[in-house]
Amino acid sequence: MAIQTDPGLVPYQILDAGGNLVGKMPGISAERMLSLYRSMQVGRVFSNKIIALQRQGRATTFGSLVGQEATAVGLAAPMQPQDWLATSYREIASLIVKGVPIPTLAYSFRGFTPENWPAETHCLPVQIVIGTQMLHAVGLAMAAKIAGDPAVAVGVCGDGATSEGDFNEALNFAGVFQAPVVLVVQNNGWAISVPRSKQSAASTFAARGEGFGVPARLVDGNDILAVYDTMSKAIENARAGNGPTLVETLTYRIGAHTTADDPTRYRDAAEVEAWRARDPIARFQKFLIARDLLAEQRVQQLIEEVEEEINEAVRIAESMPPMAPDSFFDYVAATLSPRQQAQRADLLRYINQVIQ
Amino acid sequence: MRTITYRDALREAIREEMLRDERVFILGEDIAGYGGTYAVSKGLFEEFGEKRVRDTPLAEEVITGAAIGAALGGLRPILELMTVNFSLLASDQIINSAAKFHYMFGGQPQIPLVIRMPGGGGAQRGAQHSQMLETMYAHVPGLKVVTPATPYDVKGMLKSAVRDPNPVLFIEHELLYNIKGDVPDEGVEYTVPLDRGEVKRAGQHITIITFSRMLHVTMQAAEDLAKEGIDAEVIDLRCIRPIDIDLLVDSVKKTNRVVIAEEGWKYYGTGQGLAALIYEFAFDYLDAPIQHVHGADVPMPYSKSLERLAMPNKDAIVKAAKAIVPAVLAHT
Ligand SMILES: Cc1ncc(C[n+]2csc(CCOP(=O)(O)OP(=O)(O)O)c2C)c(N)n1
Ligand SMILES: [Mg+2]
Repeated sequence: MAIQTDPGLVPYQILDAGGNLVGKMPGISAERMLSLYRSMQVGRVFSNKIIALQRQGRATTFGSLVGQEATAVGLAAPMQPQDWLATSYREIASLIVKGVPIPTLAYSFRGFTPENWPAETHCLPVQIVIGTQMLHAVGLAMAAKIAGDPAVAVGVCGDGATSEGDFNEALNFAGVFQAPVVLVVQNNGWAISVPRSKQSAASTFAARGEGFGVPARLVDGNDILAVYDTMSKAIENARAGNGPTLVETLTYRIGAHTTADDPTRYRDAAEVEAWRARDPIARFQKFLIARDLLAEQRVQQLIEEVEEEINEAVRIAESMPPMAPDSFFDYVAATLSPRQQAQRADLLRYINQVIQ
Repeated sequence: MRTITYRDALREAIREEMLRDERVFILGEDIAGYGGTYAVSKGLFEEFGEKRVRDTPLAEEVITGAAIGAALGGLRPILELMTVNFSLLASDQIINSAAKFHYMFGGQPQIPLVIRMPGGGGAQRGAQHSQMLETMYAHVPGLKVVTPATPYDVKGMLKSAVRDPNPVLFIEHELLYNIKGDVPDEGVEYTVPLDRGEVKRAGQHITIITFSRMLHVTMQAAEDLAKEGIDAEVIDLRCIRPIDIDLLVDSVKKTNRVVIAEEGWKYYGTGQGLAALIYEFAFDYLDAPIQHVHGADVPMPYSKSLERLAMPNKDAIVKAAKAIVPAVLAHT
């Protein structure tokens, strides 16, 4: 199906907020749907777990992804192993779906750089500088096109990131070079304390596609089937040589920006409650139960299984040795200069004499 | 005098300048209702309203470029970039526009612009979010670069920066906002110049030159050295560009020994620039090679335990000082 150029103002929906089917079912197996459902639970439980660990001083700053599970899972699930994923800090669930082991992620939230970052998953490490990853996604896609690889790149950023030059330049490059890339704006309503309405006077970010000659879609980001369907089509469209797509997913950051933030200072509880009523997991769960694809009694059991999986991953991460004190000299560059080697020796001497 | 935090001193300076001159306004990400990521502008939105306290879209380059435009248009913008790390997205505006318009347009327009931003590490913010980078901007003619380290200085220097006709990069430090210090009572007007360092501790055996957060680490090191009979003179540069070279030379003439202590990286940075100046202007007075204490030559590690080791500490300053103060000198 051709991708629409004009996104219009009505977000694409397959399930309404009550979990009722209001669109055309995508071709997706029951098993696949259950796996999407489980991945959303994994995302939520992981997010809550790391935040709990952070409160105990066992993890670094973390940005909650609660409320955004449908977008995070739905954008990554249709990707193939050779496809590239470039994200911000908000899409940890996407990385899990793409195959980054959960203990590896948990270890990284202890503040350590996993030495065994699974390069084969084709996930770039999370980006802190807002918007930058969109450029890299376009470059990865251009490389695939030049090399003739059947790989597509997906770049994901937030609503705030659309204001950066990087986002707009990425979109322009994608259009000019017809790069096999899907650029996703995860519009969660807020950029720290700045509401979506203050990022752009336009009514959608999807509308930006037209200005750059890039087809765009506006999607209900809390509807996993809509996100999955849209992303599947956009990714395969790119793989088929038909160029980039811009996808805006409408979702909401239910939690704080990060563990360092208190959102009650700047937003209405009523707004948060209204979005809770559109919870992506509850919505899909209702649908699955109504279709007899998931038994109601199974839900609690499944959540407990997921919690056990995450707890086990954290146990593994916490039992992994901390990085060696002088390890931060590793990988500064492919080889260390003699001066850096000398600094490293000094550091080791200091650790041995003073600290131990 | 009263004792207030660096954060409160900064806010007072901004507020007083806004009251004094209605051309002064502030802009940046999350600075209005939120009060700024480091709570510096808290309350200013409520007091001055949206016209003079502007939350902007998330876009450092246009924040900076538009502030340059506003300065050209006769206003006195104080912009806040969330950290010096993200100023890199605005570095073209800072280096190619703010620093050059006065020159390229034959002295006609002035760019009375203040760019406030914290730099530095120590808060577990990882490699992309923990850099100093003052040295990068200090390299550029046409910019003033300052790094106040105490509540007194930050208030007085912000006021000078707002009144200065040049673009001033006002580099704070994430770990300084909560430190406390003496500041004159409210209503007592004072400013601190943007081209003078200050002797923060007088001493005779060695000169330790530092700036920003490292001033506080250095003061502790000086206490430790005193216990061992080494009387250190601590100089807070305060201004990275222009640099108060006379103050440094005068001190070297007295002590004949120099340690430079900075948080940033070793090569081609502020510390090496200082060392070159001292060798150029005070070589004959030096009795020992200049010692340089600096951050490890690596991107900042994320974990607390590793970050602590990658940053220069008191022990390193003490060690560097002892390496060049002969035992016979101590206790004299
Ligand atoms: C270039 C840059 N500027 C500022 C920041 C500080 N910052 C971190 S997250 C954030 C808000 C991002 O909002 P959005 O793009 O909507 O993503 P979300 O956090 O909502 O997922 C800001 C301003 C940054 N990390 N990088
Ligand atoms: Mg957002």
